[in-house]
Amino acid sequence: MEDVLLDVKELKTHFKTEKGVVKAVDGISFQVRRGEILGIVGESGCGKSITSQSILRLVGYKRNELVSGQVLFEGEDLLTKKEKNMLAIRGSKIGLIAQDPMTSLNPVYTVGNQIAEVPMIHEKASKKSAWQTAIAMLKKVGIPSAEDRADQYPHQFSGGMRQRGVIGMALAGNPSLLIADEPTTALDVTIQAQVLDLMLKLRDETNAGIIMITHDLGVVAEICDKVAVMYAGKIVEQAPVEELFANPKHPYTKGLLKSLPKLGDKERLQPVEGQPPNLNDLHEGCRFADRCPFVFDKCHTEHPPLFSTDSNHRTACYLYDEEAE
Amino acid sequence: MIDFWKRFKQNHMAVIGFVIILIILLTAIFAKWLTPYDPYEMDPVNRLQSPNGEFWFGTDQFGRDIFSRIVYGARISLQVGIIAVGFSFIVGTIMGLIAGYSGGWVDNLISRITDVLFSFPDILLALVIMAILGSSLNNLMLAIGIVYVPIFARIARGTVLNIKDSLYIEAARSMGVRPITILWRHILPNAMAPLIVQITLSFAFAILAEAALSFLGLGVSPDTPSWGIMLSEAKDWMELSWWTAIFPGIAITLAVFSFNIMGDGLRDALDPRLRNEKS
Repeated sequence: MEDVLLDVKELKTHFKTEKGVVKAVDGISFQVRRGEILGIVGESGCGKSITSQSILRLVGYKRNELVSGQVLFEGEDLLTKKEKNMLAIRGSKIGLIAQDPMTSLNPVYTVGNQIAEVPMIHEKASKKSAWQTAIAMLKKVGIPSAEDRADQYPHQFSGGMRQRGVIGMALAGNPSLLIADEPTTALDVTIQAQVLDLMLKLRDETNAGIIMITHDLGVVAEICDKVAVMYAGKIVEQAPVEELFANPKHPYTKGLLKSLPKLGDKERLQPVEGQPPNLNDLHEGCRFADRCPFVFDKCHTEHPPLFSTDSNHRTACYLYDEEAE
Repeated sequence: MIDFWKRFKQNHMAVIGFVIILIILLTAIFAKWLTPYDPYEMDPVNRLQSPNGEFWFGTDQFGRDIFSRIVYGARISLQVGIIAVGFSFIVGTIMGLIAGYSGGWVDNLISRITDVLFSFPDILLALVIMAILGSSLNNLMLAIGIVYVPIFARIARGTVLNIKDSLYIEAARSMGVRPITILWRHILPNAMAPLIVQITLSFAFAILAEAALSFLGLGVSPDTPSWGIMLSEAKDWMELSWWTAIFPGIAITLAVFSFNIMGDGLRDALDPRLRNEKS
């Protein structure tokens, strides 16, 4: 397909530590098209953030960090690119919205200066025109009286405005792929809604692909087109968003959805029992086996591949292995 | 810059410190026109005169005018302080930045070098360096500079390690900023506050170290009008004539004190997190 913007194939990020190899990301594949929002959900420590850092090659420098697989961005494999070429891609073609807006702006520079740095690096823009870009970005992300605000320091911004500033920074290079790493986690609910609206609007305006990394299923339901559920470094289920919520297949996804509170529902929530496995001590077999209510023998022998249960719904669970029956 | 000056002005103590330093600096520059006597000239007839209309600060055991010597001494002390501390600040900070940012064996190498330098007492290390280089004013400044390199290296490294993993550095990396630019533009300004405080402290130590080394005969030659030498010579005459020790002592204290309070003010004015809190 032509409009596939990002095609991640069998991406693995392993960390060698003294205790053994930590398989933080272990063979995940997904695609993002232009104008599409992919949600990656999973609990803390399941490898979501490492995935985004691997795509941008922010991990993989040290000898103990091993990144393998393919990350095809606009048809080119980012993992084999030289660092010099990566510098040109980061910030201009792929923008990253970092996790915590409170700390992802440098406290010693004005917000405008930080946004202006992007065009100055990538387009060799003059100070003046870069400053104009910065103001335009701040306007775009809906910051009132942007001219004055650009001249202020991060600590003079409120949480929601800082997040807007961070988004503005990620957008300043006019990227075709935007990776948002839990952009709303640190914000209160009203600001969350505004930021999500903003991202939808930006998607419509720029037709960029967006990867939305989050642990909040509410955020996914709100803006994503399709969802990949990650568990312990693997994608366990992938489906369009309506399909996933209406018809979850993987026991883990089911568990996640059951543990969401519903308004007016007096039933007790059912949390997913147990803890995710230790990533440096993984046994053979399905990683969810220890917590799975439907576990059977085969689950302990080999990790299940993704089985298609529908044209675009795939689940890594032997319950859906049709050949076995 | 104007903004910076406005904020600096709000701190009255810092302004006082700055003014005193300015006065000392001007004194050092225009020493020739400010002094009634030649600071080297001995006058046995008028030895150990107490302060009077003729000799404002009195005279020392050779009959040299203490006021003139203090005015000329500002030159030596400022020179030693600025050059030695400047040397250790630049070298130490660069070493610390590189060590902290690159990590791995580079960090190990630089850290071990600073550990070795740290393991010697300050004055002993300076003594060894002076003994190797021979005594002259330039070597004195170099020796004091080398002695204070590890302090700056360690402070810079520690702060870099702290800042390196913060999200705004990751954000900068994700925007495609080069490592060297990250180090220079994003990390260094955040690491300046503790370094500036250390500069002002080291400046005080440098003036004292110059005095100590000169006293031991390894610094500038004994007839040079340096506050340190004057103080150490005066210790033999203190009971007899207090003015020989008091005035150089006041000069050192004043210089050290004003550098310290100016340093505090600088740090506050340079740190944007503290901005607008007083206004």
